[in-house]
Amino acid sequence: MPEYQNIFTQVQVTGPAELGMRGGGAELGRSGSGGFSSLLGWIGNAQLGPLYLGSWGLVSIVSGTIWFLIVGLSMLASVDYNVAEFIRTLFWLALEPPGPQYGLSIPPLNDGGLFIIAGFFLLISVMTWWVRCYTRATALGMGHHVAWAFAAAIWLFLVLGLIRPILMGSWSEAVPYGIFPHLDWTTAFSLRYGNLFYNPFHALSITFLYGSTMLFAMHGATILAVTRLGGDRELEQIVDRGTAAERAALFWRWTMGFNATFEGIHRWIWWFAILTPITGGIGILLTGTVVDNWYLWAVEHHFAPNYPPAAEMGIWATGTGN
Amino acid sequence: MDRKRQQLRDELTGLLLKGGFIGVVAFVIALLFLIVPRQLGEIAPTDAVQTGYRGTGMAVVDFEADTATLASLNVLPEVLEEPYVPEPDEELAGDIYENVQLLGHLTDANFNRLMLAITEWVSPEQGCAYCHGEEGNFASDEYYAKNVARKMIQMVWAINEDWDVHVAQTGVTCYTCHRGNNVPNNVWYSPVPNNRWAGPSAAMQNRPTEVNYSTGLPIDALQTYLLENEQPVGVNGYGPRDPSGASIYHTYQTFALMLHFSNSLGVNCTYCHNTRGMADLDGVTPAWATAQVGRAMVQEINQEYVVGLGELLPPYRLGPLGDAAKVNCTTCHQGAAKPLLGQSMLATWPELASTAPIYEAAAASQ
Repeated sequence: MPEYQNIFTQVQVTGPAELGMRGGGAELGRSGSGGFSSLLGWIGNAQLGPLYLGSWGLVSIVSGTIWFLIVGLSMLASVDYNVAEFIRTLFWLALEPPGPQYGLSIPPLNDGGLFIIAGFFLLISVMTWWVRCYTRATALGMGHHVAWAFAAAIWLFLVLGLIRPILMGSWSEAVPYGIFPHLDWTTAFSLRYGNLFYNPFHALSITFLYGSTMLFAMHGATILAVTRLGGDRELEQIVDRGTAAERAALFWRWTMGFNATFEGIHRWIWWFAILTPITGGIGILLTGTVVDNWYLWAVEHHFAPNYPPAAEMGIWATGTGN
Repeated sequence: MDRKRQQLRDELTGLLLKGGFIGVVAFVIALLFLIVPRQLGEIAPTDAVQTGYRGTGMAVVDFEADTATLASLNVLPEVLEEPYVPEPDEELAGDIYENVQLLGHLTDANFNRLMLAITEWVSPEQGCAYCHGEEGNFASDEYYAKNVARKMIQMVWAINEDWDVHVAQTGVTCYTCHRGNNVPNNVWYSPVPNNRWAGPSAAMQNRPTEVNYSTGLPIDALQTYLLENEQPVGVNGYGPRDPSGASIYHTYQTFALMLHFSNSLGVNCTYCHNTRGMADLDGVTPAWATAQVGRAMVQEINQEYVVGLGELLPPYRLGPLGDAAKVNCTTCHQGAAKPLLGQSMLATWPELASTAPIYEAAAASQ
């Protein structure tokens, strides 16, 4: 079996840990001196650390931990601090937003108040983590593509938990913290607003989501397939096309007439990925604020087809239905 | 020579490894086809009935095995005596016995026939004593079960006389719900908060229970929709931009009620709805309308006949909040889209069909 046909990474580099840039205060904020794990090496770089925490990171970790503890302890309190019951029903437990009777006011702590406080800390945590993501890219002289991609996800997060509830005038529209409960919320949200299927931005979001997975699979497979020809050296192949890039390009031109380039495929994937939450967030934002019933909206815009009424179907007319 | 032999051996080893791998895969697949069906039966055969326009996915799908089970669970009880057509001057139960408040208009023969049947349906083990005690004083109102039975007979009359839009000509009898049990198997009590820490916004949800079919949906849906009548079931606006005002929690409750409908009747969403637009009245089937009046019927049953039983029942029959066991869809339906699979008992029991039983029709239909 050829060496490159393997589900795990085949090359593990070990030696003195790579510590990154030095001087000018670049070492500040890093913790640890780095170690190696051959287990990690199977799925990525065998080197673990050092980690840069920094003050943004510290704020993020602390506020994220506060959010986690508020949610977790609320769940534990909801089962009367019974740990066995907590484990058994963990997937069902939740910290729920306040009921609709409170609107945008601050409710009692146990009736949605802690949900808002937890949400505040989660907001701080996510936003500071984003800043950290941005400043680390700056420090390394990188572009800020990762930070902007993260910002796209944060947009959806903000729409769901902050912007839309404020526009709707009620915190009760926010998503609960809980495994099954947030899925129940998703179903209920679609049912309440007349079927998200007919929300065109929902459709776009799904298109980009599925498109992302397809592009990801096409790209990953292509690179693995030309690794034996040096295709995994993608950056070199961008500026100095070799036989790997030529063959990969030829493969796609043969199979579908068009090929992305070693550079362009990454733009395809980046845009598909960030457009998933951007379009999704727009769709959520319009729901309940601009459009209340997406099915009827689709009827109005003539893209939900008309069918003969179900009542005219044979089984109802003849009474043979079970 | 050695090198060639080595090469051959390597090739053979490779071939064997590949062949072995393919063989193992083929063997496992063969096992799946041969052994699993013998252990678990053939791939379970299903029946599908189309409920809406083609291409909309509207169909009810049942496992044939479930249909057979349902048939065996819904056999009508044996009829020990046929109705007696009254003679013109026949003495009535009210003239013969003391304290016959509801059924005095029946002839002696039919009265006793009905009493025996109710015993078979409701208290086959305890017999007459369940309502009348061991002392043989049949006129006594001492036992709570007798007082409950009176209320229940009035309820059955009300259902059969006033709610034919839901029960049609099939009607109901005591047996539809009781099936040989003192209290029907499928009843419910007003819920107590399952989250004692949380305030009212989330006190009734996020715990797997029998009431919410192990989802995290609210457990107060039956209380809200089958007893109280303060909020509509529908949550959608009537126009693309008309806010319905329904909250997400309201939607959870409706979802939980729909789960109850679905499980009670053994049907899926598309038995009633074209699920592309749950509230679209062009897409609903006639069963949707039947369910609408069914809910109104259950509300009336609970409000008019069942809640009041709380004052008659002994403490051990009451729920955690001291309320009487209430009726939901499962009480009658018990997993069948039509209770007792649509078999009517009214021809045999005209006394339960109406306060003024018509025996001639019953006799003629037999």
